Amino acid sequence: MLDLSQYQSIGEALRDALDQYSNEVCLIEADRDREKERLTYRDFKQRAHPLARALQETNLSAGSRASIIMTNQSKWLISAYAIFFSGGVLVPLDYKLTPDEQWQLLKHSGVTVLITEYPIWRQLGTSLGRATATNVQTVLVTEAPANADLVGAKRWEEFRGVGEPVFVARKRGETACIVYSSGTGGRPKGCRMTHENYLEQCVALTSLYPFWPGVRYLSILPTNHAIDFMVGFFGPFTCGAAVVHLRTLRPEYVREAFPKYKIAYVSLVPLVLKNLQRGLQARFDALPPGKRRVFNALVAVNKALTKSRPRLGVSRLLLKQVHEAFGGELRAIIVGGAFSEPQTLQFFYDLGIAVANGYGLTEAGTAITVNDLKPFRADTVGKPLPGMEVRIVNPSADGVGEVAIRSKTVMAGYLDDPELTAETIVDGWLLTGDLGRFDGAGHLQLAGRKKNMIVTEEGKNIYPEDIEMVFESIPVKEFCVFAANYIWPKRSMTGEKLVLTLHLEPGQAYSEELRQDINARNNRLINYKRIHGVVLLDEDFPRTASLKIKRNLLAERLAKLDSGTAILPL
Amino acid sequence: MRTLEQTTQEVLDLAAKHFQLPSGSLAPDDDFFKKLGIDSLQTLEMLSRLENHFGIELPDYEVQGVSDFKTLAERIQSRL
Repeated sequence: MLDLSQYQSIGEALRDALDQYSNEVCLIEADRDREKERLTYRDFKQRAHPLARALQETNLSAGSRASIIMTNQSKWLISAYAIFFSGGVLVPLDYKLTPDEQWQLLKHSGVTVLITEYPIWRQLGTSLGRATATNVQTVLVTEAPANADLVGAKRWEEFRGVGEPVFVARKRGETACIVYSSGTGGRPKGCRMTHENYLEQCVALTSLYPFWPGVRYLSILPTNHAIDFMVGFFGPFTCGAAVVHLRTLRPEYVREAFPKYKIAYVSLVPLVLKNLQRGLQARFDALPPGKRRVFNALVAVNKALTKSRPRLGVSRLLLKQVHEAFGGELRAIIVGGAFSEPQTLQFFYDLGIAVANGYGLTEAGTAITVNDLKPFRADTVGKPLPGMEVRIVNPSADGVGEVAIRSKTVMAGYLDDPELTAETIVDGWLLTGDLGRFDGAGHLQLAGRKKNMIVTEEGKNIYPEDIEMVFESIPVKEFCVFAANYIWPKRSMTGEKLVLTLHLEPGQAYSEELRQDINARNNRLINYKRIHGVVLLDEDFPRTASLKIKRNLLAERLAKLDSGTAILPL
Repeated sequence: MRTLEQTTQEVLDLAAKHFQLPSGSLAPDDDFFKKLGIDSLQTLEMLSRLENHFGIELPDYEVQGVSDFKTLAERIQSRL
């Protein structure tokens, strides 16, 4: 692995990695069961440098911003490298946002270059929001059909400069990426992540989960996801390892990829981990009774032998068929983005498959705590990584309080929002808005949220303010969306739901017509952003002098209602 | 060549069979996340069954944001 303490920037470290590991395979791209491409670090450089040169010849220079909106694929990484090499600031956006949301963030971030895929550009290029983001001057589109109308964009594959690009140095404290943690409907929260944030995070993570040349990481999350950016790009590249991109989330192809590519690591969100568990459980349930008894006995022996620490060799021997189904090389499944249920984590550990569960948030640079597996604990999110200081602010009698973090991986602040930055980073400590406590062994246990938001099993942060726009002009006196847990706190991070609070007009009833209207509007949202139910409140919402709803006061009033009966299902 | 109505009916029949529901229990406008209580990955599994039946391939992005059988059938029809 490169000695990252010697480097100033992501671009500088990646530049040296491409030369140091030039003969190693760095990328394999597969679409379903078809391998589309296999690149060495040398090939990668040969693809990326002409792109960097062309970007430099247009308008990309030190500190200028470029965005990538793509699904999970190798051109994401090639493009990102070209941006970093040229001294640019990367703005990775989620391809699942709506075109108007994407344009809103492209405008807010001041991006001048956009790199995207043709199917995404088909929607984005003709969206009305495009007119607002006039700062975007160059658009590159990958994989466009020969006769496609690119509505002003250029083909990524043809956007190549002649001659070597100039490497543009950046300093550790300068912004490397602007990563949006929320704010598509309300106040944009663009986290300014520095080069130091990523360099330090990479050192901390690879100290527990190392990569080396020949090791393969399966990437199924898009690389705009903080975890995939770190363990599916920067981490493996600075160690000379290989990344296998699978351009589908279809469970059958995900399962096939493990043995086909001899995968050592994979990062998953809890939703995918649970799907894998379901598939395995169905296979175990289908075993004939005799074989099932033998299997259960082997699992019991494995559990006993791995109680204090993982023993991969032993587990692979005892539960050979299970491990062979994963290719026989799997070292750990990294799970994050949202809270994982302990029984799912335990299920895999009992089979001898370590699941590295942890806790992190965009503002703190991917991961703050990770389970070190010494011993495995399914009921916690592990211990702080090296270099992370974690403390509990204002703990209650049982030790639960707000989790605060201080480390070199904490963001520089929110883009163009010093007020929000000052509220979030106080005296050098990042206030996470999550509640937790430390147990006697130094493991962090999460215990709900202080902030009004939910995290889905797909690892998506949903803030109520970001979805309220679909309920605008609904025929009621006033409305407000809440995370149900914010009103009625429960010490759990799973099963979080959003609810719509309505204050009806005098004499108005909650009619079937109104319910259907809410349903229709709700269905315009992507499935994981939808509200779960309606809460009726027959009083005026508390408001500020500028007529904004005082959400905390309203939540206090709603908390007096019984959550069991107050939430009307849609 | 199937009509859109035929495709829609086949989608409904196959989805009902896949999730072991009585034939005729699903309607074109049903939100399959809600009606079937499934997540996005289970939707992709259902989609793979539909692809095999119709002999087509639908990239994941083509079904992103789709939540009702009618729109799903339209996406399939456009590939037939």
